[in-house]
Amino acid sequence: MNPLGISHYTVTSSLGRGLASHLEALRAERTGLRQQPFETSTVPGWIGEVDGLDTPLAGTLAEWDCRNNRLAELGLQQDGFIAAVARATQRYGAERVGVFIGTSTSGVQQTELAYRARDRALDRLPDWFNLRTTQSTFSAADFVRLRLGLRGVAVAISTACSSSAKVFASAHRAMRAGLCEVAVVGRVDTLCLTTLYGVNALQQVSPEICRPADVRRQGLSLGEAAGFALLTPDDGTAELLLQGYGESSDAYHMSTPDPDGRGAATAMREALRRGAVAPAAVDYINLHGTGTPANDLAEDKAVIGLLGSDVPCSSTKSWSGHTLGAAGILEAVIALLCLQDGLLPRSLNTQAKDPALRANILLESRRAQLRRVLSNSFGFGGNNCSLLLGRRA
Amino acid sequence: MSSALDPRKSSQPQASLQVFVEAIGVAAPGLADWQVARAVLRGEQAFLASELPPYQPLRLPANERRRATPAVRQAFRAAEDAIAHSACDPAELATVFASSDADMNVLHRICSALAEPARVVSPTDFHNSVHNAAAGYWSIAVGARRNSISIGAYDSTAAAGLLEAATLLLDEAALLLVLYDVPQPKPLFDQHPIVSAVSVALVLTRTRSAGTRAALRLTLADSADDVATTLADPQLEALRRANPAARLLPLLRVLAQQRNDSVLLEAVAGRCLRIDIESLA
Repeated sequence: MNPLGISHYTVTSSLGRGLASHLEALRAERTGLRQQPFETSTVPGWIGEVDGLDTPLAGTLAEWDCRNNRLAELGLQQDGFIAAVARATQRYGAERVGVFIGTSTSGVQQTELAYRARDRALDRLPDWFNLRTTQSTFSAADFVRLRLGLRGVAVAISTACSSSAKVFASAHRAMRAGLCEVAVVGRVDTLCLTTLYGVNALQQVSPEICRPADVRRQGLSLGEAAGFALLTPDDGTAELLLQGYGESSDAYHMSTPDPDGRGAATAMREALRRGAVAPAAVDYINLHGTGTPANDLAEDKAVIGLLGSDVPCSSTKSWSGHTLGAAGILEAVIALLCLQDGLLPRSLNTQAKDPALRANILLESRRAQLRRVLSNSFGFGGNNCSLLLGRRA
Repeated sequence: MSSALDPRKSSQPQASLQVFVEAIGVAAPGLADWQVARAVLRGEQAFLASELPPYQPLRLPANERRRATPAVRQAFRAAEDAIAHSACDPAELATVFASSDADMNVLHRICSALAEPARVVSPTDFHNSVHNAAAGYWSIAVGARRNSISIGAYDSTAAAGLLEAATLLLDEAALLLVLYDVPQPKPLFDQHPIVSAVSVALVLTRTRSAGTRAALRLTLADSADDVATTLADPQLEALRRANPAARLLPLLRVLAQQRNDSVLLEAVAGRCLRIDIESLA
């Protein structure tokens, strides 16, 4: 396929606001996870919470106020992203800039708050609750579109934890089809009780910082993030490129991956095929690597079957926590930072690799020239997406 | 803004995307399947808007069938109807599932539970809470391992679903598009009333085939005069407005009547999606 330029990108998570703080954390091997409860949660464990989300959105954005859109706003403000989109809008017109935003839980925390404040006798939610602008699956996509002053194609893609990787693929198709000239892709997902208590009900919340691929892993740590990228036609100037994508379904189980990793392998194989890249040319894989045995084993089988046991790989979820629908964009951004910086980040907090895993899981970070990396994102419903990201030679 | 004054901007052509309709499925009050809907929309049969009896998604294994929510069942109903009229093997079809709100009954139960001191969230509710639950169940039911995209765009979900499907046909030869929404429990219903359970499914192909019924040309229109096409029959018009998936009824009417015509669907930012329909049946 024709690659797309990634002219601007940004991310905000528990590691900090913007690219510099993320690169600094990766270099310093500093986790963003903290052992503290989120809101009124009593679920034990470490979480990756973004600070500074206590100020309501004001003015024309006030009706969109909820934790999720506050994080969207904070995320958009970093790394000159709003100005970059404004320049693209100036050049192409507001109708020709597409918006593709992934989502998993959207603004559900606002609905949780509304239910706690509801009039039980009348079965009524409080007047301040606005489903369309907060809870709705479309909320964050519509918010980003409005905030950036865009009038083009806009859609929310919601395939659980693979959502924000899939936005790159949908944007690529829309640009090929001529629906838009450039595309804002991204995702915001915020912590909420639904996720904390839901994952806890599945007995998958780790009591310590998650340790993906570790023989003593006890589950996952949850986090939140907002990340965005501006995709442009490849005019030969962008240093970073979307070179391939692959999408597949497991057709196996709603919340457990196919143990043979067939869907995961298909996603990676398709990404390599689109990029016309041989498996041996992949320099690093940012794994989905949630830290549950079922996920680790299935992904390991897929990696071994397609790429063998030499390619360095790691999960960065012990840095940021599993940010659900935002995992795809957060980890794509980490992969882009690694490409630019020549950094191979280790699986932080992983001490003793599970002997059942054969992939080359990095237990120590190292430096190397990177040309091409794969970033994997898999989600509930057996939905898989893999992105091939590259640096221009 | 000044975009009309700038030649670089005004010269940008609005892209049109073409897709071919091979099969249609419907499930809505009074429209039990495409066969009934076709007769009603052709004016050959009176429209009696009675709720449909419960539906069993028999393609699902027993465990998944037990766990499948009303929204999943609603999605399956139209999907199975469309598949029954298609020559395509459903295992080989990519899918686009488009829903404004997916299953708000699940959201209601989870948020109600989280408002109680014990905060007991059902694991089944949690895994059913994802927007792509219907797509996941469908992939299990028919063994579909190709790409699957689940989207939402509030009241413009039907237009967004068609656009997502049309662009996915750049990568896939054929796909199943399923639009569905179901009524919410009261406190959420008050916010965005979805009055009736409705689903519409289309098997769409990239190229014309022996089974093609119609060609659709999709264009994001940008005229201030554009408003979504309505239906003259007040009951059918009420149904069109009762559910984001039912916004497709004006298109289904033209397809049922095997006419060449154009309809407008509401899209984002106050724009409309123009659909030019050419009957090929």
